[in-house]
Amino acid sequence: MELLSGGEMIARALEDEGVEYIFGYPGGAVLHIYDALFKDCKVPHVLVRHEQAATHAADGYARATGKPGVVLVTSGPGATNAVTGIATAYMDSIPMVVLSGQVQSHLIGEDAFQETDMIGISRPIVKHSFMVKRSEDLPLIIKKAFHIASSGRPGPVVIDIPKDVTRPDETYEYRYPKSVKMRSYSPAQRGHTGQIKKAAKLLLAAKRPVIYSGGGVILGEASELLTQLARKLNYPVTNTLMGLGGYPGSDRQFLGMLGMHGFYEANMAMHHSDCILAVGARFDDRVTNTVSKFCPSAKVIHIDVDPASISKTVIADIPIVGPVQSVLTELLSQIDLLTEKDAGVPDQAALKRWWDQIDEWRDAHGLFTGRRYAESDMIMPQQVIESLYRVTGGDAYVTSDVGQHQMFAAQYYRFDKPRRWINSGGLGTMGFGLPAAIGVKLAFPDQEVACVTGEGSIQMNIQELSTCTQYNTPVKIINLRNNYLGMVKQWQDMQYEGRYAMSTYEDSLPDFIKLVEAYGHVGIQVKKLADLDGAMENAFAMKDRLVFLDIFIDPMEHVYPMHIAPNGSMKDMWLSKNERT
Amino acid sequence: MRRIISMLMENEPGALSRVVGLFSQRGYNIDTLNVAPTDDPTLSRLTLTTVENDLRIEQLTKQLNKLVDVVKLADLTEGAHIERDLMLIKVRATGVAREEVKRTTDIFRGQIVDVGPTVYTIQLVGTSDKLDSFVAAMAGAEILEVVRSGVAGISRGEKVLSL
Ligand SMILES: Cc1ncc(C[n+]2csc(CCOP(=O)(O)OP(=O)(O)O)c2C)c(N)n1
Repeated sequence: MELLSGGEMIARALEDEGVEYIFGYPGGAVLHIYDALFKDCKVPHVLVRHEQAATHAADGYARATGKPGVVLVTSGPGATNAVTGIATAYMDSIPMVVLSGQVQSHLIGEDAFQETDMIGISRPIVKHSFMVKRSEDLPLIIKKAFHIASSGRPGPVVIDIPKDVTRPDETYEYRYPKSVKMRSYSPAQRGHTGQIKKAAKLLLAAKRPVIYSGGGVILGEASELLTQLARKLNYPVTNTLMGLGGYPGSDRQFLGMLGMHGFYEANMAMHHSDCILAVGARFDDRVTNTVSKFCPSAKVIHIDVDPASISKTVIADIPIVGPVQSVLTELLSQIDLLTEKDAGVPDQAALKRWWDQIDEWRDAHGLFTGRRYAESDMIMPQQVIESLYRVTGGDAYVTSDVGQHQMFAAQYYRFDKPRRWINSGGLGTMGFGLPAAIGVKLAFPDQEVACVTGEGSIQMNIQELSTCTQYNTPVKIINLRNNYLGMVKQWQDMQYEGRYAMSTYEDSLPDFIKLVEAYGHVGIQVKKLADLDGAMENAFAMKDRLVFLDIFIDPMEHVYPMHIAPNGSMKDMWLSKNERT
Repeated sequence: MRRIISMLMENEPGALSRVVGLFSQRGYNIDTLNVAPTDDPTLSRLTLTTVENDLRIEQLTKQLNKLVDVVKLADLTEGAHIERDLMLIKVRATGVAREEVKRTTDIFRGQIVDVGPTVYTIQLVGTSDKLDSFVAAMAGAEILEVVRSGVAGISRGEKVLSL
């Protein structure tokens, strides 16, 4: 058996785990590890410019590939800088393993240089964490970390590693475990058959059904099954912000996103539904509006791998705990059995009435049927996303930051495939978009990757333009420039009589074109609608260059629909600045 | 309703802080908390009491179960169970009070475990209610210090919380 130091074991274990990239930043406490990576490790390391970006890049990689992202940071400030990215991954259930350096064991607790209690700081935002006490424990701990991060409901796992544990002069026998079993951790493997039977019956008896699916369908690789189910029954589907791409966005049965900025027809259908099939979604407050008024006549079937997601806010009539893939498979065969026995289900006449009603809603206020922009040379943000959609054939990986641009991207880019839409839904982290795009582009160098952002968000991790230069990640940055913290401004317009407290910075924005050029990239400014498509095509034609499109848009535009809160229900929406339901 | 939640936990550093942290993170209160090793050195047993409605308790037990260090969990209040809290209470025992304290202690079947010229230290074991009543009964005396272990609990009959 081979003898390796702690640092070498980490390098080797990451290889043995099949890790494709390590995103990180060196510092004192992890120098033994870095030296081991330098001397002998097949896994390439991506040096970011800020540890927050390491976690977002690993996160983007994980969202696009389904494999855990890997992060390596030093102790103290390195670890605390990573915290926002860990919390971002935690809120969206993204598999990630974060190796953080720690001061030497004998110094722990003495306020040593660059000491911080990373296990304590990260406790509420990790699925689990490990403090390594002995070098020989490293292989098993690393195996466990990957296992926990990527199974069940995925999430980030932190491994805190004191420097002495990785010292080069002490070696141990190395053997990487093939698999690991833990008595205290065993996520559900399949759903309860009795419950699934009940669900099939309820679903088939529905007269006004809606399938409401979330990020769990994407994480659980169940998009195909979900699509099969919806098509078989001809039931309408709506996706959460995290679930976009879980059902083909350009399909007739798709009602669009639901929730705070959801489509009119999606929110109306939910509100009037008599049966909601929730799959891998968690009824969060940005979806439900006022919980007590949520979908008053609906029976709820809720499928999720995490029992704690079920009946947390909205009580499920039929809870089913299990991986969405296996539960949907079983549900499909139960439905087959029942429809064979009784040709009368589902009730086609009722279903036709339901679709007629939905089409009426869609014709009245659907984003693609109802709304038109005034003739003007000013670019509307929606038009930018529509242009992006056309130029990329609807098949790009789109990352985003947080704000109005994020909502426009979610509404207007019709994602047909899972894992194409990459955004911070749960935590809403500005600064996520660019580093996430780096992670995606590294995973899929031949695919188009666009980062839809705003001039506020992009400045939160703008330094990563340098990482893009170093690792040649030619992503396209679509900057929806409105010269405001647009989403903040929208709320101030709607709730604070247009008092723009700290939401403007117009006269102090950088010249983005010069800025990206300074990093060696291409910048294109677009101010007229007539130039938009050309510039977009131009940008994507430059396959090997990072192009920053600085697109000046109508600064006064708001995102609609928008739920009316507080005390509103799903169906209470602003449809424009002066129309409401 | 008051609940007694008991769990077997990996005897790992950080396990307790994860359990306790979950309460503040999710807005729950812990009334009593008791934790100690078991006959299996890899496991510790933690018992806590909290007052919550059924829905919140369901969510809490699910969240606790999700913690990787929690091996097994039971809500003892769902079935017949035995609960015990241990109290050490130090009271001023001079003059007439000395006799009175002794008498009350006997009534509650407590033990005086330390005797000083002016103080008694009394040990009392029982349900939390019983200990509360004892403290109330001592109202006439001067209470100097109260220390309680927090509730430890176990199911009645064959039912066990074990691996
Ligand atoms: C790190 C962080 N800080 C603050 C916020 C609150 N916030 C949400 S949207 C927003 C404005 C975003 O502005 P910009 O990136 O320019 O996008 P726009 O809304 O204009 O499209 C702010 C400040 C946040 N989501 N994340």
